[in-house]
Amino acid sequence: MSVTKTRTSSFSRNFASANSSQIPGLKHGPNGTMFISSGIPDLDKILGGGFSLGSLVMVMEDAEAPHHMLLLRNFMSQGLVHNQPLLYASPSKDPRQFLGTLPSPAVPKDDKSSHRDPDQEKGLRIAWQYKKYFGENQHSFDSQGGKHEFCNEFDLRKPLERQFLSGKHIDCISIQDSPNLVTLNDRCATFLSQFPRSDGSISSVGRIAIQSFCAPQCEFSNMEWEMLSFVRSLKGMVRSSNAVAFVTFPPNLLSPSSCKRWQHMADTLLSVKAIPDEDKELEKLLTGYQDMVGLLNVQKVARLNTQVPVILEATTLSIKLKKRRFMVLECLNQAPIDGSSGSSYGTTGSCSVSSKSGTLDF
Amino acid sequence: MEQGTLLDEALGSLHLSGRVVLLEDCVETSAAFVLHHILKRSLSQPPHSSNVVVFVAFAHPFSHYDRILRRLGCNLVVQKDNNRFFFFDVLVDCPDGEEGKNSDGGLVALYGKIQKTISALPQENKNCITVMIDDISLMEVAAKGSTNLVLDFLHYCHTLVSEFGCSLVMLNHDDIYSDTVRPSLILQMEYLADILIRAEPLATGLASDVHGQLTVLNSGKERSRNKLSNFQFKVKENSVEYFYPGSRT
Repeated sequence: MSVTKTRTSSFSRNFASANSSQIPGLKHGPNGTMFISSGIPDLDKILGGGFSLGSLVMVMEDAEAPHHMLLLRNFMSQGLVHNQPLLYASPSKDPRQFLGTLPSPAVPKDDKSSHRDPDQEKGLRIAWQYKKYFGENQHSFDSQGGKHEFCNEFDLRKPLERQFLSGKHIDCISIQDSPNLVTLNDRCATFLSQFPRSDGSISSVGRIAIQSFCAPQCEFSNMEWEMLSFVRSLKGMVRSSNAVAFVTFPPNLLSPSSCKRWQHMADTLLSVKAIPDEDKELEKLLTGYQDMVGLLNVQKVARLNTQVPVILEATTLSIKLKKRRFMVLECLNQAPIDGSSGSSYGTTGSCSVSSKSGTLDF
Repeated sequence: MEQGTLLDEALGSLHLSGRVVLLEDCVETSAAFVLHHILKRSLSQPPHSSNVVVFVAFAHPFSHYDRILRRLGCNLVVQKDNNRFFFFDVLVDCPDGEEGKNSDGGLVALYGKIQKTISALPQENKNCITVMIDDISLMEVAAKGSTNLVLDFLHYCHTLVSEFGCSLVMLNHDDIYSDTVRPSLILQMEYLADILIRAEPLATGLASDVHGQLTVLNSGKERSRNKLSNFQFKVKENSVEYFYPGSRT
């Protein structure tokens, strides 16, 4: 429903069959890459399967809204659910506290059945002879349920259970007080040395999450070249190990040229934006405006081992919270223009939007 | 290969010996595919089986290029074994790891290695060497932002070009410098370059049929006239389609 098909070549291998790898939470991707889940099913589909192992994911924060935290939390939770070691660095005094706010995976069975039942009943009442098709439907549903091992849906209102947090796999660092990046670099290096890349089986997978990397409370936040060389070395280290680094940063605190450099270094680049609360014009233009909490922009999709760019049908997606619990991403839908409002025919919605803010594309 | 794509036509003469090629791209559109194309071209041209490529990789590990070039029909491992492809991985063995050599970011040592490699080559290989750098902006990061160090490095490489008749191919991202007041690095690089290739997204955004456009400015050495070509492209796994705007049915 919400997802754009990224790329289909007639020669692509069907990986669904080769899906079950030895460790949960890993999936084969094209060109010899492996995917781990972002923790958001929709985002995985948009990115063509998830985050590639060895890639550096960067999220450009919105200065006013904490939407990047949604992505960060789901990324971290997904890793913990799969029992993957985690390194979390944050500019707060006590980063371990943040673990208490991580969302818990939703129980899929309940949710699914409660979803399906009314539909099924209605369908049966209309045409019972189509029952066999429902059988097929269910079957595909089940196979999807199996896939859910790769990616869970997270209930944002339920905190992650203690059993996932008590593990010894979690390493937390506060980057607030460190005067330079040497310690962080060393911690990342020792963390990543657990997951050396070798051709053959992957024994475990690590996740690095760095929150608000160049936030002003960090002492190194004005040392742009030091930060750049840290990002470069992080990228190099991650590339040669079975891990994904997820870094969020506020781009407006960097100089424009430095910000561009960061964007070039990212393998996958996302940006989040809040949407203004009572924007009447936007509300008229977009359907489901009330449910949106923000916009997600996919600026770059990792292309490891390939030269072909991933062209998405839509790069701007709305972030919605389904039942205030589950995060979903949807393409923007333009609302039908209200004929009764008497607005002139010439001023179509897309025109006024694109002139208003360049970030929306239809 | 023989009939030549629009890009080959724009690049001109069959081998690029003695030329400096600068590729420029931006976040939205990567020009890495041109780099792969030139790499393949210099390694697999039949009349020049003595061609040698020295590749300095700041951006990706060997496996990345190997996989891409294999799709394009060129086996880098074999070329490496035949001493026709030299790969310098400066991605992982990060120069700033060594405490003592912080001042130069390891660039001096890197140049030394390149020069040693080239001078150790047998005579018949010496006249068609291609030095490729992917990419300069990361070299700048390695040099901790010292433009002079990078420029020195490039000038040394340029002397190699004139000494041995090598060609030098380098990639940089020009949107980094777009709001710098005096972007001396990119200007100097553009001055050095005989052929400037710029990849840009279409003004109307990216489409699945057209991945962007290339502008090739070829200032030939013998001709005083510059040749400017402009066309669009679509990148595929094993080839790239080039076409003039609007010429695709």
